[in-house]
Amino acid sequence: MRCACFLACVLLSTSALSATAVEAGARPPAPTLSSATGSARVDARGFIRRWLVLEPIAVSGPLTESAVKAALKTAALAGPPGTIPRAGDVVQPGSLRWHALDTKGYNFNLYHFAWALSKPTSNVLFWIVTTVDAPQDMKDVRLAIGSNAASHWWLNEESIIAIYGDRQTVIDDGVSRRLTLHKGRNVIRAAVVNGGGATDFCARFLDADNRPITTLSVSLQSRAEPAH
Amino acid sequence: MSMRSLTLLLYAVATSPALALEGETAIHDPSTVIQEQGRFYAYGTGNGLPFLVSDDGWQWRRGGLLMSAVPGGKPGSEVLARGGNNTWAPDIIRMGDKFFLYYAAPATQPRAAVGLLVGRTLDPQSPQFKWEDAGPVAWSDGIEDSNAIDPGVFLDPRDGRLWLTYGSYFGYIRLVELDPKSGRRLHPRQAPFNVAVNSEASILINHEGWYYLLVTHGSCCAGANSTYNIRVGRSRKVTGPYLDNMGIDMLEGGGKLFAGSRGRHIGPGHFGLLDLGEGVQKFSMHYEADLDRGGASVLDIRPLLWRDGWPVAGDNFVAGTYGIESARTGTALELAVQGTPVGGLRPRGPGAAPAAAAPIADQEAAQVSANWPAAAIDVRLGPAMLQAQQKWAITPAAGAGGYPGSPYFRICIAGTDRALAATADGELTTVPAFNGAPEQLWRIDQLVDGTFRVMPKSSTSRGVLALSAVGSSTATLAPFDPASDRQRWRIESP
Repeated sequence: MRCACFLACVLLSTSALSATAVEAGARPPAPTLSSATGSARVDARGFIRRWLVLEPIAVSGPLTESAVKAALKTAALAGPPGTIPRAGDVVQPGSLRWHALDTKGYNFNLYHFAWALSKPTSNVLFWIVTTVDAPQDMKDVRLAIGSNAASHWWLNEESIIAIYGDRQTVIDDGVSRRLTLHKGRNVIRAAVVNGGGATDFCARFLDADNRPITTLSVSLQSRAEPAH
Repeated sequence: MSMRSLTLLLYAVATSPALALEGETAIHDPSTVIQEQGRFYAYGTGNGLPFLVSDDGWQWRRGGLLMSAVPGGKPGSEVLARGGNNTWAPDIIRMGDKFFLYYAAPATQPRAAVGLLVGRTLDPQSPQFKWEDAGPVAWSDGIEDSNAIDPGVFLDPRDGRLWLTYGSYFGYIRLVELDPKSGRRLHPRQAPFNVAVNSEASILINHEGWYYLLVTHGSCCAGANSTYNIRVGRSRKVTGPYLDNMGIDMLEGGGKLFAGSRGRHIGPGHFGLLDLGEGVQKFSMHYEADLDRGGASVLDIRPLLWRDGWPVAGDNFVAGTYGIESARTGTALELAVQGTPVGGLRPRGPGAAPAAAAPIADQEAAQVSANWPAAAIDVRLGPAMLQAQQKWAITPAAGAGGYPGSPYFRICIAGTDRALAATADGELTTVPAFNGAPEQLWRIDQLVDGTFRVMPKSSTSRGVLALSAVGSSTATLAPFDPASDRQRWRIESP
């Protein structure tokens, strides 16, 4: 399935929003997150720690497959195909901002993210994006994710994995079929849908022997440009 | 064995008959089943040493008489001099490019000899199918406390030494060392070791630093009135002492029960190890009487399990409805469809439970499948909740062949014809209707720890693969790794 629904209609911002924005609320900054700066690689266990995250969109309903699919439609972001957001871009309606952040752990704590911004954490959908740069074509790899709660993931605009239900983040919970990472940039998009309570996710690539891939670099777009 | 396992076992026995091997399986006192070039052979008691052949370990046929390939067609003169002109209870082993077959040549017991035949191929169609008499390797003179029949040959994987046990009721089960190069007795003037009494059909195996002596107790050769059963003791030294689980020496009649009569199969005896590698071990034996085959003595092959340091006789898979749960993740194989809670949805919270404790009926596919796609549906792993998309009817596929001990199976969603299938690129799917294609046929081997390995009959561009939990929610096909829980599955009746 192509991800026609996720195309961002962004109001271009003049400055990237990072920790400054996180600190803009009355609450202290997220303890597990920091502003994304400089170059980054996946960690020693292959986890991707750098993400663009959009402030949460309110959705309703349970976390069943049908409800999550409905939420994806409700929270779809209009815009031209393949557009990658950049930090500080603002999405309408709701003036929701994209934040470029690094996580200190293997997982990205969306609860910390939203709470620090005084945003809702329950019955919400988070759009997340990152780009990984592969040193060469890499065949038979898999994207392995975990999320609290449901989530749906695309690689280079192709739907590759979805998990449903009220669930906790487990490393390598949902794993895609074998796929190819192209040399150069590959775009990961996902939507994480939370019912109530904690919410987070983790993601890494596994090689053909199911070992974590640790040779990928991670970058976020500094300006709007087409996806790979 | 846990109470749950016992319950499941009883359920399986009660609902589906255990499968026996297919074809011409009549044999008595079979040798260890041995492989050569993908074909399986078992040699048994009888004039000329009859043998059975199988191309897959499941469907068997008569192969002929081994003695027909021996000059003279009977035991050699030295064997006849020490024993008699009978040919009983052989055992066989491959050593390099040669096969050593040991057989009993009894006269009036307990006068008997164990003879050796040496060949280079088991294939009776081969021009190389020639066997040579290599004389006796052990004997009993009819007076001494031994009866030199029922040989069992053992290659010690720890040091490459070759051993032979033999004996039957008259006195001791004895152990002698053989020359690995010639197969003959290594120290013919050295007195044998006595290792057990009150038994026959002895053979040694080694597992994780222990030597196990398997013998058959009870009486043979009386059809369904036979009391044969297989017993085991173990020792840290190949020469013993072999003690059972209660510490009783097998020289004093000890022996932990390994396999007894079960269901319509009476009198198991003559254990032989069939190690298929990668954590899959099976054992061959005969039943004195298969009540489904007129009480004939027949060959069978069953899984060999290990529990608490002791071998356990597993059971070949039987037809039934099962959940298939990953030993790695604890999640269950299911169709990738939205499930419906058994008993219907109810509000969340402890107060929402109904007051009445009426049983909730099982969920059937017909009740919930209206919105399932008609075409192929992916599979995935999910929390086991007894929902219809998680219940698999596993039944033998008629005429599809098999593997050692079992036929291939079809695995369908219970109550439907929707079948689990392998894809050409090594993934999983389900197809709307089973059609018997190799990618829809499944081999189910019980591993030594009691879990199962599940493999499609078809091979893919990635080779021979097994069902694998690549993630908590994701199943795929991957090369089998015996050291990992990824490809270990619990298949249990819901």
